[in-house]
Amino acid sequence: MRKFVLHYLLPRILQYFTVIFLGITVTFIIPRLSPTDPVEAQVSMILSSGSAVDPEAIEHMRAALTEMYGLSGSPVEQYIAFWGRLLRGDLGPSLSTFPTPVTQLIGQALPWTLGLMLAAVILSWIIGNILGALASYYPKNKLIYAIDIMSQAVRPIPYYVVALVLLVVFAYLIPIFPFSGAYPVGTRPSLTPNFVLIYLKHSALPALTLILVGFGGWFIGMKSLTSNIISEDYVVYAETTGIKERKILTQYIMRNAMLPQITGLGLSLGTVFSGALIMEVVFQYPGMGMLTLQAIFRNDYSLIMGIAIYSIIGVATSVFLMDLIYPLFDPRVRYQ
Amino acid sequence: MSIFRIIRDLLKYDSRFRIAFVFLSAILIMMLLSFVSPYSPNKTFVVAMDMPPSLEHPFGTSSRGQDIFWWMTFAVRNSFLLGIVTAVLSRVIAIIVGLMAGYEGGWIDKILMAINDSFVVMPLLPILILLGFLLRGKMNFFTLGLILGIFGWPWDARLIRSQVLSLKERSFTRTAVYSGTHPFWITIHEHLPFVLPIVFATTINNMLWSIGMEVTLSVLGLSDVGTPTIGTALFWANQHGALVAGVWWWIAAPTFIAIILFLGLYLLFSSINEYIDPRTRLRLIGG
Repeated sequence: MRKFVLHYLLPRILQYFTVIFLGITVTFIIPRLSPTDPVEAQVSMILSSGSAVDPEAIEHMRAALTEMYGLSGSPVEQYIAFWGRLLRGDLGPSLSTFPTPVTQLIGQALPWTLGLMLAAVILSWIIGNILGALASYYPKNKLIYAIDIMSQAVRPIPYYVVALVLLVVFAYLIPIFPFSGAYPVGTRPSLTPNFVLIYLKHSALPALTLILVGFGGWFIGMKSLTSNIISEDYVVYAETTGIKERKILTQYIMRNAMLPQITGLGLSLGTVFSGALIMEVVFQYPGMGMLTLQAIFRNDYSLIMGIAIYSIIGVATSVFLMDLIYPLFDPRVRYQ
Repeated sequence: MSIFRIIRDLLKYDSRFRIAFVFLSAILIMMLLSFVSPYSPNKTFVVAMDMPPSLEHPFGTSSRGQDIFWWMTFAVRNSFLLGIVTAVLSRVIAIIVGLMAGYEGGWIDKILMAINDSFVVMPLLPILILLGFLLRGKMNFFTLGLILGIFGWPWDARLIRSQVLSLKERSFTRTAVYSGTHPFWITIHEHLPFVLPIVFATTINNMLWSIGMEVTLSVLGLSDVGTPTIGTALFWANQHGALVAGVWWWIAAPTFIAIILFLGLYLLFSSINEYIDPRTRLRLIGG
């Protein structure tokens, strides 16, 4: 147990804090290195909106904005204050929907993205792994070969382009799925069976985008992992003893190839999250991606800052949780 | 073996390489055509607006009165150039970090890899969006390449490091150490040549990543939208509501070209990757 904590748990906890520390530090540094001063940008935007404001009020506003952006004091002081506010969970008010706190806006958007991402990641992982194992176990099967080609052809295409193609084909040319959103305008999200059905129908294409791009990687990974195992002595022995093919495939082959794939699941979350953001923009899905787009269009600096910070902490935490679950699958880690 | 023989062999035996060759040749021809374009990409309203594809305008014309085919020749060239700029910069960082971490080991390795792994799991898009947002209007084409280059190295640094770890245990490294070669020259003269084939393969992979990132950032309006790229083509089409207005060819052209470019690069990557991997080569000759 001591060895487990020392050699497995401790490095992971350290890594978790390194990711968050580095990520937050980068988001702290970026605005300060940028040639645009967010305070001046905001002031000039308000001035250009045409209203006449007296110079004293502008000066007052400038001071308030400097305070709000955490730009007062020396860089070290700013940095400490930045962490202080973060640890209190205070990301400041959103500028475009003043004075709604940024955390509240993110809180409303996050569940949509999370639900979609979770479903898509799990589905693509399962589908990719099963098909990948089948592909190396039945190399002559035409259907699986066709899926192989298809998955590898979609894999390099950016999420945005795949989403666009799916949208045009399945909502525009062959209109079987709704064009945009997570539910029609005018309905209120609720937990009735009817709404769930509408929600599923609206989420089908966004989820399909993530799955199509995602499962090729798991597929090719599982295929190469199992291709080594298939010729192992114990598999050949199991085959000669007449154990059912299905059992050999799941219990003997796939189980032994699973571990790197579980590790990969954690590592892929950051990329999938980025993909989900841009995919939402195409489908106008009301999650973090749409929130980001709104923030960009409305010049809402504090909201973008909040989204970046939330994304880093969120993804790092999910990766950390995956690491904590990992020993359940790998007995070697548990019994060190 | 000369490079031409490698290409000839790959063309003969690897169907993926053949497809990649055709796709990338088409892309290359498009890039070269940009030098003889009859229209400047910066001028708007030089041809009739919203014309569907025809013999005169193979990809149609846009609502900004530009010939989409000729405009796309510049876009492909710029996107490709961006990929190269990003790849070169991030390769330099990846090679330095990978060689150092792999050869030195110990604390240097631990610290470098901790930073490396943090960048691997971090969601880069929100950070790049923050950057793009703050640099909006000031972002030019090369700044974008630089920024992407700074963020694009971690996956490959780890790959190079793992290669060096195994090279370090080979006898030639020991011979070099015992004969008093400076560690710097061991990594440069003895290890780097072994690592270069992987560097080449990852270059292509990195270009896929950066060109894709450019599309994403441009669609959000966060890149230099004045420069024609695959991403800005989609940005302008969206700005003019091309799909709603029925000008579908404006969306279709960049999408189609993006698919050709990405598939071509990816197939080239996987073909070369397999070629330089000694295990698969052994399997091919039945060893």
